[in-house]
Amino acid sequence: MSKDIRIKKGLDLKLKGEAAHKIADTTRSKVYAVKPSDFHGVTPKMVVKEGDNVKAGEVIFYSKSDEKVKFVAPVSGKIQEIKRGEKRVILEILIAADSQDVFVEHSKKNPNDLSTEEVKAHLLASGCWPFINQRPYDVIANSADTPKAIFISAHATAPLAADVEFVLENKLQAFQAGIDALVKLTTGKVHLSVKGKGKSIFKDVKGVSLHQVYGPHPAGNVGVQIGKISPINAGERVWTVTPQDVATIGELFLTGKFNATRTVALVGSEVKETQYYNVISGAAIADLVAGKIEGDNVRVISGDVLTGTKVKMDGNLGFLSNTVTVIPEGNVYRMFGWMPFASPSVHSASRTGLSWLMPGKKYAPNTNLNGEERALVVTGEMEAVMPLDIFPMQLLKACLASDIDKMESLGIYEVAPEDFALIDYTNTSKLEAQQIIREALDLMIKEVG
Amino acid sequence: MKFLRDKIDQIKKPFEKGQKFEKFAPAINALDTFLYVPNHTTKHGAHIRDAVDLKRTMITVVLALVPALLFGIYNAGYQHFIQLNEGVLPPFMDIFLHGLWKVLPMIIVSYAVGLGIEFAFAIFRGHEVNEGYLVSGLLIPMVMPVDLPLWMLAISVAFAVVIGKEAFGGTGMNIFNPALLARAFAFFAYPTFMSGDKIWVSEASTTDAISGETILGALANGKELPAQWDFWNSFIGLIPGSIGETSVLAILIGAFILIATGVGSWKIMVSGVVGAALTAMMFNAVGLTALMNFDWTNHLVVGGFAFGIVFMATDPVSAAQTDKGKIIYGLLIGFFSIMIRVFNPAYPEGVMLAILLMNTLAPTIDYFVVNGNIAKRKKRLAKSKQLKSA
Repeated sequence: MSKDIRIKKGLDLKLKGEAAHKIADTTRSKVYAVKPSDFHGVTPKMVVKEGDNVKAGEVIFYSKSDEKVKFVAPVSGKIQEIKRGEKRVILEILIAADSQDVFVEHSKKNPNDLSTEEVKAHLLASGCWPFINQRPYDVIANSADTPKAIFISAHATAPLAADVEFVLENKLQAFQAGIDALVKLTTGKVHLSVKGKGKSIFKDVKGVSLHQVYGPHPAGNVGVQIGKISPINAGERVWTVTPQDVATIGELFLTGKFNATRTVALVGSEVKETQYYNVISGAAIADLVAGKIEGDNVRVISGDVLTGTKVKMDGNLGFLSNTVTVIPEGNVYRMFGWMPFASPSVHSASRTGLSWLMPGKKYAPNTNLNGEERALVVTGEMEAVMPLDIFPMQLLKACLASDIDKMESLGIYEVAPEDFALIDYTNTSKLEAQQIIREALDLMIKEVG
Repeated sequence: MKFLRDKIDQIKKPFEKGQKFEKFAPAINALDTFLYVPNHTTKHGAHIRDAVDLKRTMITVVLALVPALLFGIYNAGYQHFIQLNEGVLPPFMDIFLHGLWKVLPMIIVSYAVGLGIEFAFAIFRGHEVNEGYLVSGLLIPMVMPVDLPLWMLAISVAFAVVIGKEAFGGTGMNIFNPALLARAFAFFAYPTFMSGDKIWVSEASTTDAISGETILGALANGKELPAQWDFWNSFIGLIPGSIGETSVLAILIGAFILIATGVGSWKIMVSGVVGAALTAMMFNAVGLTALMNFDWTNHLVVGGFAFGIVFMATDPVSAAQTDKGKIIYGLLIGFFSIMIRVFNPAYPEGVMLAILLMNTLAPTIDYFVVNGNIAKRKKRLAKSKQLKSA
C-alpha cells in the first residue's frame, strides 16, 4: 500500500543559481581526501599508512566501534598524508591519485539470489555500508541491527538541491539493483518517496512501497517522510539511504566495483554557469570550481545552504555530497538593516520584510547572521516550518537542559539535525537549532544507545 | 558611509577584547547595532539566515503602538481643555502640544530608567542588551494615568525591570508582562494616583468640580453615564483613561500591523475578544446590576480591554507558547476581564489583573497541550509493543 505524503508547514527558499540540466566531466584531481568527519560519530582505525599504495575500493580505515564497518579509497593511488588535529584526531586522509583508477574487483552478484547475511557481508566488505544511515541519531547503521523499514527520499526539496530524477536518469538499472539489495536487509518495507507533481522516473521501480510527496521543504527530508509513513518509537531502528548511494550500491552488485563517481550539482549565486558535474568523492574543490566563480569573498559549501559544511578553497569535496553551493560571505555591515520593511534584498520568512509581497522573487543570500543571538522570545515561528508532529521549541529547550526523559517524551528519536535546518534559518533569536539537536543526539547515543 | 563605519570602529577600539573598557562592550555594541547590522557570519548550522531579528520584531511592535500613542497624546490635551476650559477647545496644535508636554517626559523617564537598568545588567552579566525593553518602555507610560508623578513612574519601571524581569533571568525568562507589572505595582502602591475621579485628566487635581473619572469607575460607583460617553465616542477614544488605552480605533490600527506582520498572535487577540464578548453577553442576559447590564459591545470598547488584549496579552514571553494554548489563554483572559469588571468594583479595570493572572497560568496551559503530544507518542509506543508481542 502506498501512501501520499502531503505537507503544509515548511518553506521553499527561492535562491539564485539553480543548476541547469547539463552534465560535464571534471579534470581528475591530483589529490583526493577522505574525511572521517563526513561520517558522524565514527572514530577511524587506520589500516593503511602513509606511503602505501591503494586501489580504488580498498579499505583504508574501519570504525573503532564497529570493526565490520569499513571505509574505502575513492581512487587508486598512494596514501600521501594522514592529517591529524588536536589529540591526534584524524582529520583527513590524502590520496595522491594515479592517472587511471585500478579497482578492487569483487565478484558480480545478483542480490535476489543472496541471503540477508550475504548481502550484509558484501556491503560491509566493499565499503558500501557507510551509505546506510540509521534513525534515530542520524549515524551510520549498526551492522548487527535489523531495521523496521528502510526509507529513501528521491525528492530533494532543499534550496538549490540536485535534482535526483535528473541525476539518476541513466542509472535506473543500478538503482533497481541497489533496491534489490536493500530489500534483503529489512523485515519490513523499503519505502521510496518521489515527487508528487509530474511524472517520476522511479514509478516503475520494483520491490518498494512508493510514496508521492507534495508540499514545501522539508517535504523531501527523509525524516519528515518517516514521520508521516511510520514514526519511530523508542527502541526502534529504521535505516535511510540517499538515492545516489542506492545506485552506487547497485553498481557494486552489477559490476563488482565500488565506483565513487557521483553527479554533483554546482549551484549558487556566485557560480557563473551552474550545472552538474561527474566527480569522484573527495575530489579537490578547486578542480570543481576553478574559473567558475565570481568574486573571491565567497563561501563554498559541500552540500546545500541549510545543512552543508563549509569547505576551504583548497579543501575537498565531502564523501556523500550531491551538491556544492557557492554563496557570498556576509562579513559586511548593513546600515539600519534591522528596520522592518527595509532591505528588500534580504529574504525573510516573517512578514516584517517585504518578501511575502514578492513570492516569486529569487534571492542571493550571503552568510550574514542578520542580527545577533538573543534569548528566545518569539513563539510560533518554529512550529510554522516544522511538519513533524513534535513541539520544536519545547524539544530544543529540553535538549539545552540535557533532560533525557523529556527529550525522549518530546520525540528526539524522530528527528535529525536537518529537520531543524529551517528553524536555524527562520528563528528570530538566531538559535543554532541544528547544533543543539546534534549534541542532544550524541548525548542520547552515550546515555541510551 | 565608509567614513561613519570607520569612525565607529575607531570609537569601539578601547571596548574590544583585552582592552581597557572590555566590560562595557555590551553598551557600545547596543548602540552600534542600531546603526548597523553587525558583520557576523554563520559559524554553525544553516549557512544563510532570515532577515528578521529581535530588533526588527520589537521595532515592529513599537510601530504598531504609534497610532495609539499619538492619539493618547492628543486625548491628554483634549480631556484637559474640555474639562477645564468649559468646553471651549483651542486649536488642534495647542491641544496636541499640551498632551505632548505631559506625555513626553513620562516616555523619557520610562526609557531612561528602564534602559539604564538593562544596560547595567548587561554589563554586569556580560551579555548583549536585549531589545525587549524598547517595547516595555513605551508600553509603561501608555498604561498610566496622565497625571502620575514622574518619580512614581520611575519607581514602577525600576520594580518591573528588576523584580519582574532581571530577577527571573532577563528577557525571555520573565513570568509576568513587565509593563503590566509596572502598572500593577503603581496601582497597589499608589492607589490614590491610579484610580478615582481626579487623575485621568491632566492637572485636574488643581481644580474642583470636574468629573474626570473613567466610564468603568463611574459605573462601579453607581453613577449615571454622561451622554457623550456612548459606543462611538469610546471607540474613537475621546474619553478619560490611561494615556494609550482610550482609542479602540488607534489600537485596531496597531492590531492590524501586528497581525499583518505576524508579530502579534491573532489567535490570542481573536480568542480574547470572543471570550470577553461571550462573558459580557452572559451577564447581559442575567442583568442584575448596572455593570451586568452594561452592553457587551460597550465592554469591548471601554477601559483598557482593547489595549490589553492587543499589546499586553500578546507578549510572547509571558503568554502561552503553543498554538492551542494561545487560544485557551486568550479566551480565559477575555472571560476573567469581564468577571473582574462586573464582580469586583474596587478594581474596575479587570483586564490588567486578568492578564497577570493568566500569565501565571500560561505555563500550565502549555503543559497540558504538550502533554497531549507526549501521551500520543506513548500510546503509539505501547501499540507497537503490543503488535510485536502478538
